[in-house]
Amino acid sequence: MATKYDSAIATEIINSFGAAPEMLVQILVAFVERYSYISEEAIRQIANELNLSRAEVHGVVSFYHDFRTEPPGKRIVKICQAESCQAMGSRELTSHAEEKIGVAINQTTDDGEVTLEPVYCLGNCACSPAIMIDEQVYGRVDSKKFDSLLEKHQ
Amino acid sequence: MSDAIRIYVPREAAAVSLGADDVAARIAEAADKHKSDIEIVRNGSWGIAWLEPLVEVSVDGQRIAYGPVGPDDVDGLVAAGLFDGGDHRLKLGPTEEIDWLKNQDRWTFRRCGLIDPLSLDDYEANGGFAGLRTAFDKGTAYVLEQVKASGLRGRGGAGFPTGIKWQTVADASGAQKYITCNADEGDSGTFSDRILMESDPLTLIEGMLIAGYAVGANKGYIYLRAEYPLTRQVLGKAIKLARSHGWLGENIEGSGFDFEIDLHIGAGSYICGEETAMLESLEGKAGVIRYRPPLPAIEGLFGKPTVVNNVVTLGSVPDILALGGEAYAAHGVGRSKGTLAFQLAGNIKRGGLVEKAFGLTLRELIEDWGGGTASGRDVRAVQIGGPLGAYFPEKLLDTPLDYEAFIEAGGMIGHGGIVVFDDTVDMSAQARFAMEFCAIESCGKCTPCRIGSVRGVEVIDRIVGNEKREDNLNLLNDLCDTMIDGSLCAMGGMTPFPVRSAVEHFPEDFNK
Repeated sequence: MATKYDSAIATEIINSFGAAPEMLVQILVAFVERYSYISEEAIRQIANELNLSRAEVHGVVSFYHDFRTEPPGKRIVKICQAESCQAMGSRELTSHAEEKIGVAINQTTDDGEVTLEPVYCLGNCACSPAIMIDEQVYGRVDSKKFDSLLEKHQ
Repeated sequence: MSDAIRIYVPREAAAVSLGADDVAARIAEAADKHKSDIEIVRNGSWGIAWLEPLVEVSVDGQRIAYGPVGPDDVDGLVAAGLFDGGDHRLKLGPTEEIDWLKNQDRWTFRRCGLIDPLSLDDYEANGGFAGLRTAFDKGTAYVLEQVKASGLRGRGGAGFPTGIKWQTVADASGAQKYITCNADEGDSGTFSDRILMESDPLTLIEGMLIAGYAVGANKGYIYLRAEYPLTRQVLGKAIKLARSHGWLGENIEGSGFDFEIDLHIGAGSYICGEETAMLESLEGKAGVIRYRPPLPAIEGLFGKPTVVNNVVTLGSVPDILALGGEAYAAHGVGRSKGTLAFQLAGNIKRGGLVEKAFGLTLRELIEDWGGGTASGRDVRAVQIGGPLGAYFPEKLLDTPLDYEAFIEAGGMIGHGGIVVFDDTVDMSAQARFAMEFCAIESCGKCTPCRIGSVRGVEVIDRIVGNEKREDNLNLLNDLCDTMIDGSLCAMGGMTPFPVRSAVEHFPEDFNK
């Protein structure tokens, strides 16, 4: 899980990709895995060590959905919003989740426990609707199953 | 060890999403308790999602299937004699005799479910690396000739002839060339790339090796979407395994051919499945698409000649070499040669992966394999080929599944994903979503896509809100023309397909 930012470790991550500008996307993926988001500090350090401008790094960060710039909740709950899951009631499931967790999609609870996010396809379309909690994918999720999964990941 | 009873429990995302890991753990516990000597093999999936988790036991050399097995079924199953193939209400009989599987034309997916995905022995014992050995034996000209003879077309959606693409890269000048595998399977309703990579990843690696050998590339990249964490684990291990046994690296099999593969992970951007956006992302940049020409085959990754192929395309190649291009071309109809892994998704009773020769109808797939809707209601609309594919009404279900017939009917087969909706669907909401999705995922390079999609949502809202309906329907039509004619890639250029088909076939949903 996410750890506190540490510039020495950040350098290690950057160097594990040869500090190569063409590895920027992969470096950012690794940063999100480690720190759960891309901080201003991280952008500054990556830009420095890859010899890019901060604007260049920021341009890449802001392009990709996964490169959050704010810390997410302890648990990230993603609900698939794509067609296959729509055909099996993902719109209703999303409303249920918003009510249950108490935030709208794309938001984090005030206590920092849960972030609710949309996702466009988890490739589990024969078992729709699908959700993902942290790195775990679940299929055929109705509102009852959703509640029990949320509890299980507490 | 050799006397241990072999139990197969899939380690594939759909099965795991329904509890396969817990099932495996419970089986291990039960075996401990009964002092049974078992070996649990985490195979991939046969693609039979509606029966997942599908547990198999090997009895006298035959695989006996049980499914769907939930964690709470395990104790009962073991008590009923699971380890000897005993009777139970979940018993399906021999796996190879399950009609749903037996009636398929498995080519690319023939090892999926059968083998341990991370066993080189299993892979080779079932024909693995035969294609690569044939390639090394007969030379690059032969490889190109066979891939052309097979009639294989790009399975990512565009359907471009693979052999011609490879020939273009082979003929391009320059010492450095690349093979890139597009594993950014973002279309809703599709999961065949994922199943292949989780169930038989070495096939993809072998396909990339053959491609590299044929065109003179010594470096390959796989661009895998982040939404597939399990695939990433399996594929990462498969690459390491291949490397540690000399299937990647220098002088592979004494052929003098060197090849390496790097695995890159995406970051949640749908447009990175577009080939030039993927190349940008592989170069570490934002996934903004490129103008074409130049084609990637001439100026691709880092400006070098590059093959960009989908996972299933590359995975189909090893057996084309092992069995000959003609053997592949013997399947299918017209210019749609070979097989396609159709994926039955959405509101479907028996969903999963059906690999069949081209030419069967949509109705056969949805009714015979799929068994109709999961809800038991009538089928009202079917979206084929992902979020950029048209919605077909019931009356078009007899369209044969081949590239050209689908284009004639106003659709596209794309990556073979089939999403079924029952009669509760609101097609104006689906049309609106198509525009909304385009607005969310547009790379922003061209105006028709970036702005057109936003305006599209607004226009549809006005139509549904009964605001100057006729005028706004005409405006939507004009907007679709602009997007089709003026967009730089399929994102903006094809978003009108689902929108227009919804308006054309389901006008009543826009007039409430």
